[in-house]
Amino acid sequence: MKIIPLWLHKLSSPPVFYRFAGALRPWFLWSALILAAVALYGGLVLAPADYQQGDAYRIIFIHVPCAWMGLFAYFCMAVAALIAMVWRIKLAEVVAMECAPIGAAFTLITLVTGSLWGKPMWGTWWTWDARLTSELVLLFLYLGVIGLFNAIEDRRRAARAASLLALVGIVNLPIVHYSVIWWNTLHQGQTVRLLGPSKIAPAMLWPLLLMALATHLYFFASLLARSRVGLLALEGGKDWARALIGEKAHA
Amino acid sequence: MNTASLVPAQQAMTRTPGTLAAIRALLRRELLLAWRRRADALFPVLYALIVVSLFPFALGPEDALLARISGGVLLVTVLLAMLPSLESLFRGDLEDGSLEQMLLAPQPLPLLVLVRVFAHWTTTTLPLIVVMPLLAVLLRLPAQVLPVLIVALLLATPLLALLGAILSALTAGTRRSAILLALMLLPLAVPVVIFAAGAVAAAQSGLPYLAPLLWLAAALILALVLAPFASASALRIAAET
Amino acid sequence: MSISLPASADPILEVQRLAFARNDEPVFGPLDFALDRGETLLVEGDNGSGKTTLLRVLAGLLPASGGEIRLGGEPLDHGAHRGRMVFLGHQPGMKGDLSPCENLVFLSGLYGTREGTDIQSALEQVDLAIYADTPLRLLSAGQKKRAALARLALLPGELWLLDEPYANLDRRGIEMVNTLVAAHGARGGATLLTSHGAVRFADPHARHVRLELAA
Repeated sequence: MKIIPLWLHKLSSPPVFYRFAGALRPWFLWSALILAAVALYGGLVLAPADYQQGDAYRIIFIHVPCAWMGLFAYFCMAVAALIAMVWRIKLAEVVAMECAPIGAAFTLITLVTGSLWGKPMWGTWWTWDARLTSELVLLFLYLGVIGLFNAIEDRRRAARAASLLALVGIVNLPIVHYSVIWWNTLHQGQTVRLLGPSKIAPAMLWPLLLMALATHLYFFASLLARSRVGLLALEGGKDWARALIGEKAHA
Repeated sequence: MNTASLVPAQQAMTRTPGTLAAIRALLRRELLLAWRRRADALFPVLYALIVVSLFPFALGPEDALLARISGGVLLVTVLLAMLPSLESLFRGDLEDGSLEQMLLAPQPLPLLVLVRVFAHWTTTTLPLIVVMPLLAVLLRLPAQVLPVLIVALLLATPLLALLGAILSALTAGTRRSAILLALMLLPLAVPVVIFAAGAVAAAQSGLPYLAPLLWLAAALILALVLAPFASASALRIAAET
Repeated sequence: MSISLPASADPILEVQRLAFARNDEPVFGPLDFALDRGETLLVEGDNGSGKTTLLRVLAGLLPASGGEIRLGGEPLDHGAHRGRMVFLGHQPGMKGDLSPCENLVFLSGLYGTREGTDIQSALEQVDLAIYADTPLRLLSAGQKKRAALARLALLPGELWLLDEPYANLDRRGIEMVNTLVAAHGARGGATLLTSHGAVRFADPHARHVRLELAA
């Protein structure tokens, strides 16, 4: 059991992580793209039209996985933020800060696709119900973290301040998730459950879950790539970074 | 205790003042400071008066329309009036070195922060709430809604002050801290406004209004417990220049 | 027959391999030194040599990148040991809208008062009795510095960490600081102070340490 902490400790060293992430990233990226292609084929072509919404419902295969990712990215950011604040590990600081733009992008896609779906379905581009409002608050939280991180000169202090903000904002996560249960909202209720039967046709469920898996893989691919860049930005003057650039220059 | 290792000739150390005495000292200082700058403390009230007076001109003095929107307008006005003073909550301390002295004080920093936020709320926002009946009359708020509005404000404004303190501590000393604070505070304030406005709207329609007020109270209690620790953490980060 | 204590019987402050780096750029360190009760240590160095950072690390405002600090024999725990140090930074650490007297009232409310002194005598020791009730922002730079130094005459604390205490002071002011530091040493306290200029010292036994920029 002691092997795991030792391995983790080695991994948190920037040059080691740099290579590790570089090796792993293509696997994540390509599997994400392939699975996404399969999932979209299943969702856009194979799955039957919804009896109520017709073909317009198919945006669900982008909207829902992105919504899940918006929350998942925040959760990852919060975990990394906690590690960064308690143990002051450089890698955790970098990872936490790089989660924010990815999460913000997913949240933005969620809001936009939701809006595109809402117009034909509910007759409105936007409504201030609990689910949509808390999702918008989530986007603002991401922007706040990014903004605060960029406002402070000292990169490591900036990361810690933004990490604290991320942790304070975590109260929003259960609100977003449970908003459709706690309040009467225009947004539809929970249809996909983790434990127990889902209220959705199997032919529509498998592309959705596959797409969810694909987006998770894409998230990690993106995070690995961004963290490598973040580490280089932080450690640019160090020997290992210089050696790397030297290698590339002579390659 | 290190008494055994003290050299006899060493200065006698007075016991550190108890927590209550320290709270009293801090409170006295804060109230004294607010009194010295009492013109600044009146700014939120003046701002609220101006905004509230402009609405009838902007929307027309039709009483029914004003009565319908007055609850929401008053809530938003109070929120916006709190922003400028929140932004500079810790900036002065950072600049004159008092922040360092607070960090080095023997009392727990979260407690000191809580006292500061309480003093700040008392001197900048409480006057607003006291003036609320006057503002309510100006906007034709129905009489039975006023008590609910005041209770909602008494719950919502300390909550916002506590949240604002965390954010003010995080942005102290950064460039463009005012914009950053607004960007970060307003989305956090949205749920608070929703509940407060919900209570006021319910009271106005004659519906039960207790539930949103209880939610606000619960959030306030949570903030009273957690926000001081988050603010203390943020202040330590801010002082690490 | 007198019993004399050995010189390093009970060092009040011990520092081993203390280092600090910002953005992975070393600022100072590794440093090793010890400060005994009654001693005064002058840390000299040019601007930017890390003197202020050293003091802030000792006070607990900055976390060290490496090394150990021991206060009175125990590992320094800033939470528990806070009342035992008095820190004077570059800034006065007092509110400009309040008078020196009101500021000292506040500080003694937090830290307590050393036995045998009170606010009035503290203000007299720094020669500010006349301005006791003038708001700090109306005083000159030298007077503000003396107001900040008044806390040394009032607050309890075994270890004094003074960053550039001589800045903004005239000759009389410098002598005043030396008097305060000497009295503190006679009471068994210790002082660590920084300066970048040549300074006449009241105590010829004060140790000087020159801090060089880390390699």
